[in-house]
Amino acid sequence: MKFKFWGVRGSIPTPGANTLKYGGNTTCIEIRTDDNDLIILDAGTGIHALAQNLLKEMPIQAHIFITHTHWDHIQGLPFFIPIFIPNNQIKIYGGIDPVTNETINRALSVQLQYSFFPIREAQLNARIEYTTVKPGGPVKVGSATITPIVLSHPVLNFGYRIDCDGQSIFFTGDYEPQLNIYDPEDDEYAEFQSFVDAKWDEVVLAMKDVDALIVDSSYTNEEYVSKQGWGHGTYDSGIKLAAAANAKKLFFTHHEPTRSDASLEAIYQRLLQNHPETGCELLLAQEGVDISL
Amino acid sequence: MPNSKNDKLIVLVEKMPAFPKSVQQVVQLTSDINASAKDIVRVIECDPVMTVKILKAINSSFYGLPQKITSVQRAVVHIGLNTIKNMALGVAAMGMLNANNKANFNTSEFLLHSLTTAAISKMLAERIGLSSTESSDCFVAGLLHDFGKVVFAEFMPDEFKLALEKSKEQQRPLYQTEHEFIGLSHTEAGKMLAEKWQLSETLIDAIAHHHDLGHSQNVLRDCVFAANQISKYMQFGDSGNPLIEDFPTSIIARFGLNLPAMCEALGNFDYVKTEAQSFINL
Repeated sequence: MKFKFWGVRGSIPTPGANTLKYGGNTTCIEIRTDDNDLIILDAGTGIHALAQNLLKEMPIQAHIFITHTHWDHIQGLPFFIPIFIPNNQIKIYGGIDPVTNETINRALSVQLQYSFFPIREAQLNARIEYTTVKPGGPVKVGSATITPIVLSHPVLNFGYRIDCDGQSIFFTGDYEPQLNIYDPEDDEYAEFQSFVDAKWDEVVLAMKDVDALIVDSSYTNEEYVSKQGWGHGTYDSGIKLAAAANAKKLFFTHHEPTRSDASLEAIYQRLLQNHPETGCELLLAQEGVDISL
Repeated sequence: MPNSKNDKLIVLVEKMPAFPKSVQQVVQLTSDINASAKDIVRVIECDPVMTVKILKAINSSFYGLPQKITSVQRAVVHIGLNTIKNMALGVAAMGMLNANNKANFNTSEFLLHSLTTAAISKMLAERIGLSSTESSDCFVAGLLHDFGKVVFAEFMPDEFKLALEKSKEQQRPLYQTEHEFIGLSHTEAGKMLAEKWQLSETLIDAIAHHHDLGHSQNVLRDCVFAANQISKYMQFGDSGNPLIEDFPTSIIARFGLNLPAMCEALGNFDYVKTEAQSFINL
C-alpha cells in the first residue's frame, strides 16, 4: 500500500509563497493498494490536482471516503473531473448525520445547486454511487478493508482505518480528543472522566499498531488554550495517540491556515527535540510526496 | 391496541416537543458562544423528551455501537458536544409541550415527579454501592420511567383524561385505568417506544416493569421503583397515579428498609425538589 497527500491544510485553502513547500490545499489523501485500487480520503481542494493526475488513467473506479461534511473536506467534490466523464465509477462513502438525518449524497448535491455551481447533479456523466458506512462496519475495496469509527468533532466525523496487504493506515479526519467538561470539584467529574477514558481506549484500539497514523494536529499546546472545543487536536495529542496505539509513523496534518512553512518546520524541530523517544517516526504531511509503507 | 395504532403513536412521538423551560434554555444557551458545556448538558439531561430523542438517535443502527449509550454525558463523549447541542436545538425547534393539554394532565408536576424520581433513584443506586455508570443509568431510568404518560397526554388526551379521573375516583393504579380507556398502559407504551428506539435492555426493562417487580431481576428497575414511591410519599410532583405502593419484600431486601424508614434514612432531601423545580419553572 502507498499513499500521497494532495491536501494538508485545515479550514481554508492557503495558496502563496508561505505554503509552497507543504502545500495550501485542504484535505485529500490518495491511497493505492498493491493492486492499484484507488481509495481517496476526503475531497478538499487537493482532490482537484489528484483529478488532473487521474486523467491519464480513464476510465477510473474511485472510492471516496468522507470523514465529515465540513466544507474543507468536501469542497473539491464538484471539481473532481472524473465525475463529468462517462464510464468512470465513483463511489462516495460517509455516515448519516444524526442532526439532519441526511446521507453523504448531500455533500455533493448541496454544492451542485443553481446558486452555487453551473452544473446540475443530473448532468454528471460518471456513474456515481453513495454508500452509508457505519462505525465498526468494515467496507471492502479490492483487497482493502476500511473501518470507520466515530471521533469527536463539531459535526459527525469518522476516522478510517485501512487494512490492506498486511499494512495499515489510520486517518482521524478532524478530531479533538474529548476533555472533561466538568471541574474536578464537580460531582459529575469522575463519572464523566470514566466515559472519556473508555472512549480513549476505543480510539486507541481502532488505530492499534498501524503503519501510518495521520492525525489532525492543528494547534500547539499554547494555541490550544484558546481553541478548546473547536474540534481539533494538537501536535502533542497526536503523539500521545501514536504512542498509545504503537503506530510506526505519525503524520501531522490539517495544518493551521496561518501556519507558514517556516513556522511549521520550527514546530517540527521542537517536537523532535521534546519527544526523542516516542517509538514512532514523526513526520509533517506534505503535498505531492509519495509514501510507501 | 392494534399495531397500526401503535405505529401511528410512534410517528406522532417523533414530533413531540420538549418541556418549556428546557426549550427556552437550549435556545438561549445555543445562541451564546461562551455557554459552558456542562450547562448545556445539564439542561438536556433534565428533559425527558430531549434525553430520549438523543439516546434514540445515537443508539440507532447507523452508529453501530457495541454497547448502548445510556446517558447524555456518554453521548457527548462519543460524538461531540456540538452534535448533541444541535440535536437538542432540533427538538427545541418543534415547540414546547403545552401545559394546558386536553387531558388536564399537569406537565410541570409530571416533570417534577420525573426529575425527583431520577435524582432519588441515583441516590439509592449510590447508597447500595452501584458504580457511577450504573448510578447515572438509574437517573436516566427514573427520568424516563413514566414517559408513556406524557405521550398519552399529548396524543390521546381524551382517553387519558378518563383514565386519570377514574384512577383518582376509585383510588386504583393509573396503569389499570389506562388499560381500560386506551388499551395500553404507560409502561407498555414506554416499552414499545423504548424498544423501537433501541434503548438499552435494562432501561427498557425499568420502563416496562416499574409496576411489576416479579417480572425480572433488575437492580436499576428496583431503584426506580423505590424512588418512584419515595417521590410520591414526599409529594414531590405528581404523575397522576394516586396510589403509593409499599416496598415489597424484594425491595426491602434490596435496600434494607421499608418506605417510611427509607425516607427517614435519606435525611433532609428537600433540596432534590428545590433543585428540580429550578429546571421547571419559567
